[in-house]
Amino acid sequence: MNAEIRPMKTPAEQALSATYEGARATLPGKGAIAALRADAFKQFETRGLPHRRVEEWKYTDLRALMRDAYPLAAPPDAAAKTRAKTAGNILAGVDSRRLVFVDGVFVPGLSDLAPETGLAIGSMAEALAKGDAQVAKHVGKTFATDDAAVALNTALMGDGAVINIAKGADLKRPIHLIFAAGSDKPSSVFMRSLVVVGDGAKATVIEEHDSGDAQVNAALELVVGDKAQVDYFKITRARALHVASLLASIGAKATFNTFAFTGDASVVRNQNFIRFAGEGTHAGIRGVSLLRGKEHADTTLLIEHAAGHCESREQFKAVLDDQAHGVFQGKIVVKPYAQKTDAKMMTRALLLSDGAEADNKPELEIFADDVVCGHGATTSAPDEALKFYLMSRGIHEKEAEALLIQAFIGEAIEEISNEAIREALMFAAFKWLGSRG
Amino acid sequence: MSKLLEVKNLHVEIDGKKILNGLDLMVEKGQVAAIMGPNGSGKSTLAYVLAGKAEYAVTAGEVLLDGESILEMGPDERAAKGLFLAFQYPVEVPGVATMTFLRTALNAQRKTRGQPEVSTPDFMKLVRDTASHLGISQDMLRRAVNVGFSGGEKKRNEILQMAVLQPRLAVLDETDSGLDIDALKIVADGVNRLRSPERAMVVITHYQRLLNYIVPDVVHVMAKGKVVKSGGKELALELEAKGYAQYASEAA
Repeated sequence: MNAEIRPMKTPAEQALSATYEGARATLPGKGAIAALRADAFKQFETRGLPHRRVEEWKYTDLRALMRDAYPLAAPPDAAAKTRAKTAGNILAGVDSRRLVFVDGVFVPGLSDLAPETGLAIGSMAEALAKGDAQVAKHVGKTFATDDAAVALNTALMGDGAVINIAKGADLKRPIHLIFAAGSDKPSSVFMRSLVVVGDGAKATVIEEHDSGDAQVNAALELVVGDKAQVDYFKITRARALHVASLLASIGAKATFNTFAFTGDASVVRNQNFIRFAGEGTHAGIRGVSLLRGKEHADTTLLIEHAAGHCESREQFKAVLDDQAHGVFQGKIVVKPYAQKTDAKMMTRALLLSDGAEADNKPELEIFADDVVCGHGATTSAPDEALKFYLMSRGIHEKEAEALLIQAFIGEAIEEISNEAIREALMFAAFKWLGSRG
Repeated sequence: MSKLLEVKNLHVEIDGKKILNGLDLMVEKGQVAAIMGPNGSGKSTLAYVLAGKAEYAVTAGEVLLDGESILEMGPDERAAKGLFLAFQYPVEVPGVATMTFLRTALNAQRKTRGQPEVSTPDFMKLVRDTASHLGISQDMLRRAVNVGFSGGEKKRNEILQMAVLQPRLAVLDETDSGLDIDALKIVADGVNRLRSPERAMVVITHYQRLLNYIVPDVVHVMAKGKVVKSGGKELALELEAKGYAQYASEAA
């Protein structure tokens, strides 16, 4: 590929370069990690912020959306920690192990570190600094990608969680990573987490982001062992810019379900890079976005069926009001040897106003000849016939609409097997509907 | 007997096409009125206009429920005033459980009328008793409204809604269409159980068959957007014998 001619860096790109140059000596990790950062930054710098002519970022033009790059957040002080205490309240009613990060930094004092057999919890910054062997083995290697946001994250990664779940362990409570904003200054945060689930283990991992006014670039690498059962949730609220990458490698005969819930999100991009690396795995990859005002949320999937006999179900729903913009890009790749793959992807957008926009781009790339793959996409306004039916029974117009929207997203939320989380998300959706004018 | 529904000189269009042409109709409290007529005579349009479907434009005339004009009211307000339409083609509402739907509807109407919400035990008892008469299983009540229901189940679900909502005026639009004789008997039995001196029913049907089971007090014949003849229940039998041809020419 020819290098793109880029005579001018945008102010944000210049600021990011200055940030990296200023921080590289103090960012955690020496030797191989420092080299990994340098390579990643070079990769980013060569191509710059992704923009609309980069196909994967066509509908989320970071160069246009990111007028400026904020300086790295300072370590949280007492005031920042206090401000962060209200974060993670969507799942307040769920009995979980809360691990709290404020402005990207692990805060043990706000976290639940009660010991549990088969579970090890650590800080990414510490692990990088001391040259932890497991972190060195996995970081940057779970899913190879040249994505610009991932490269930037690798270059500037600060803290995050390092979670190890031993072979055969069955965690009693969900692990609830709460990423809160505490700073009252414009700042940026680069978080990197690693979750390794051993063979046959059972775990629920929740990533809940309350990004506030910060520019957030988060990445989580997830390695799921053979026959493991993992439920992964991502809940996102952000008032500025939030880009998150899930990089996952799933073993054989595993059960893997993900659910992303995005609401009150100024600009959010959730990109999921998921590889089925072993045969016989079942996966459900789902999510709901509720957007209004000028909010923008982008769900981008790259699902790689690299082993045969795996089943994946992708289901995403977006409710778009006012001038909100919902983006779904889903690409399923079936490798030549991944025979008997069964993949079905469905995305639906519900437009509540004339100004809302939905962009759906499903793609299948199939190199095996004995597979069942399908995709579908719909975009529509609430069904008038349904609304009339409900209203003819005495239900008021707003309530009829809310019921139909609830039903629309409920179809996806109902797939969540954890009852407490399912109800908390249904309630969050209900509150969102209730606050519509 | 006092007037419950009065329709005066009603003119209705859809997409610029005239469907009702000066229709007059009066239904008294406690009365079961059958409306019969050939296809295209405007029977279903009348049902939709009474319920308040938006795409029908009323160009002239009046509709009074208990002396009060309802044409400016939304469908939800009309329902709270006691109007109920049993749909010819009940729609499926995915994701909304039948039980939730019934309770939401009943409480919405009660709220509009300034009444307190119905208590859970009272509501459950009302629904269960009615459902068992109509052969509606608990499983159907838990399922999404009409999703995966057979034609007969959908019609029974309409009658269940009517029984729970207790309207003053029920309009049944071709409730017999698509029903076999056993299903027809169950539905008719459900309707008959709701007959009361305080409630009126308008039964719209193409065939006389339904009227063997829901015996009307009065029969109106519609043709070309008007009521062209009214009479007792024997009029239905006469129509069955002679057909609608005579009315098609009369109204032209």
